[in-house]
Formats: sequence, structure tokens, C-alpha cells
Amino acid sequence: MRHQLFLQIGPVSFRIGSAWGEPLDRLARLYAGYPEPEAGLCDFTVRLEPEQPWRRWFRPSVAIRGDYILPDAAPLSLAHGLLAAEMGMNLQMALGQKRYLLLHAATVEKDGRAVILTGESGAGKSTLAALLGERGWRLMGDEFALLDMASGMLLPFPRAVSLKNGAIRVMEAEVEASRFGPLLAGTPKGDIRHMRPNRNALARMGEGARPALILFPRFGEAGAVRAVGRAEVFMRLTQASTNYVALGSRGFDSLNRLIAACPALAIDYPDTATAIGLVEDFRQELAA
Amino acid sequence: MAGPRYIADPEETVRSVELDGLSVLFHEPSGMTHIVAAPAPEILEMLRAGPADAAELLRRLRARFEFEGNEAEAAIHARLDELEAAGLVRRA
Repeated sequence: MRHQLFLQIGPVSFRIGSAWGEPLDRLARLYAGYPEPEAGLCDFTVRLEPEQPWRRWFRPSVAIRGDYILPDAAPLSLAHGLLAAEMGMNLQMALGQKRYLLLHAATVEKDGRAVILTGESGAGKSTLAALLGERGWRLMGDEFALLDMASGMLLPFPRAVSLKNGAIRVMEAEVEASRFGPLLAGTPKGDIRHMRPNRNALARMGEGARPALILFPRFGEAGAVRAVGRAEVFMRLTQASTNYVALGSRGFDSLNRLIAACPALAIDYPDTATAIGLVEDFRQELAA
Repeated sequence: MAGPRYIADPEETVRSVELDGLSVLFHEPSGMTHIVAAPAPEILEMLRAGPADAAELLRRLRARFEFEGNEAEAAIHARLDELEAAGLVRRA
């Protein structure tokens, strides 16, 4: 690879190699302030390569490769190289992670208690976590919750938050411009803009937290809260996990330990202010 | 004529956790997780005492549990079919 970038995100290290300099320059700007992995050994490699050798110059198009490859990891135009790098990092994590039970979830922490926000794509968990991260909570991650199977702790994975469509304006109103990547318009997922988590999230990326609450948020409904039975939580979390099946009995035991330790609630919310108020209320109840 | 006889894997190969009245089972031989309701865990327990056909299984269950009505036999056949499809019991 002609160009390389090394990144440490929480407990996971990446080497990103690219045939072109531009996507890596953009990535380096977005990830300014992140540490480099120690000793040069990386957990995962992501490669951004031309689909065919000559396409590096002629209508360039990025194919994502790495240690683990999915057949539908589609090539993207070079203008979306930043998105390709993000997809590549997600893909390597989702397929290759063996140390942690991986949940497709956002995580925030306050007073040593971590709240897991999970649910269907588009439920608003990423936006909600990003907002909480600017309002007194620590953003541990917007995409993957890493449950350490040995200790039962949640570990941070504070990669750049991937904001989509309406969430972009919400966060632009909240956060200084220097923490945003370029606006990527017209991607397969609509408009996307990446946002670097704040200094507190980066400074504490090595610090885990005890899981205290599991939330299943759903945006766009009248405000409502309901308790979720533990068997349903178990089922929904196996569906939210990318590596539960691969981990076998260790995954089963870890998930049961998590569910035994945390109450779980489904929350419907009409707007983010309501949701943030609810999460604050839950935090005070947990602390009481 | 006696029906087919069924067996279940030994207890140490199936992890079981009860969650709010349902049981989640991790079946180590297949690596699959199942969520089951009563009487599935009880059927598995009874089959661990040795192979049994539906009639024998019902006798074992009746020794431990009360049954109401006379639909128990049909229900046992239905549950055995489901457990067999899930790979939690098999023909002896």
C-alpha cells in the first residue's frame, strides 16, 4: 500500500492502507488527536484499493478489502473514500472481533454507569448518544458496544460518529465546525457527515464502565416507557450482536450476565429533548 | 404399536438460564441458542433419564406434574415434533 494510517480506537487498533492519499488525508484530519497503536501491531487491516489496477487513475472507485471480506462490500467512488474507510473498519470489527461480545448499539456513561442504546437502524440511537455526549455524558461509542467477556465491563469504541440526513443539522447546531468531516452527499445511505467525539471521550477511550441500563429507543412516537422482559431482551440482543453465534457458550454466558445486571426499557420519544430528559430521569433513579 | 423413541443430550451439554418464566438454552453440540417455554425444559429433563416414546414420556411427566384435561398426549407429540425440529431431541 502506498499510503498508510494507524489508529487506536478504544481497545482496538487499525491499519488503514490506501492506494490514494486523499481518503487517508481526510481520515487523518477527522481522527486528529487519536493515539497511534503501540508497538505497530494492529488488530485489523483495512485496505482501500482500486477495483482494477488501471482504475486508480481512470474514474477511480474504491473497493474495501481487509482481513475479512464480505462479497457485498461494494466499491464506492473515491469521493466517498472516507465512508469506505468507515465501512471497512466496521466490517473488520463485525466479522473479526473475538475478544468482546459486540452489540450494534450506542453507549454513553455518567458517574461510572453505562447506558446501552440499541434498536433498529433509524431509531435515533446514534443521534441521541451524540447529543448526550455533548450534554454531560461521556460518549463511549455510537455504533458498537464492546462487552468484555472476562470482566463484564463495557469498553469504549469512540470512532467518529456517522451522522445521517437530519441528524447532521442537529449536531451542527451543537458542536464546533472543526470536529466535522466533509459533507458526503448522495451516498448509498443518503447524506452523511462524520463528527469526532469530544476531548473527554478521546481522553478516556481506555476506560471501561459497568453496564447499568439497556434502552431500546424509538423515535417518532408519542412519549412512552415500558419495561422489556428479560427473555425479549435476550432475543433482541442476540439479533443486535454481530458475533454472538461465533462466540458460542462464552457469548451465551456474557449476554446472560449483562441481562441479569441491567434493567431494560423501551422508550418511544417524539423529539430528542424528551429522550434526553428520560435518560436523565433514569440515571437519577439508578443513582438513588 | 409403540411410537418412535426419543433421547435428549445430557444436561452438561445444554446451558439453561430461566428468564421471566421462559428458558434460554445454549445447545453446545450445535452452537445454537433456543428460547423455550414450559413444558419443553421438563420434557428435556425427563428424556435425560433414558430414551422414551411419547406414552412413556407422559408417564414420567405425570409422576411429577399435574395434567388437566385429556389433551396431554396430543400436546406431547406436538412439543416433541418441535423439539426434534430444533435439534434438542432426536430419535433413539
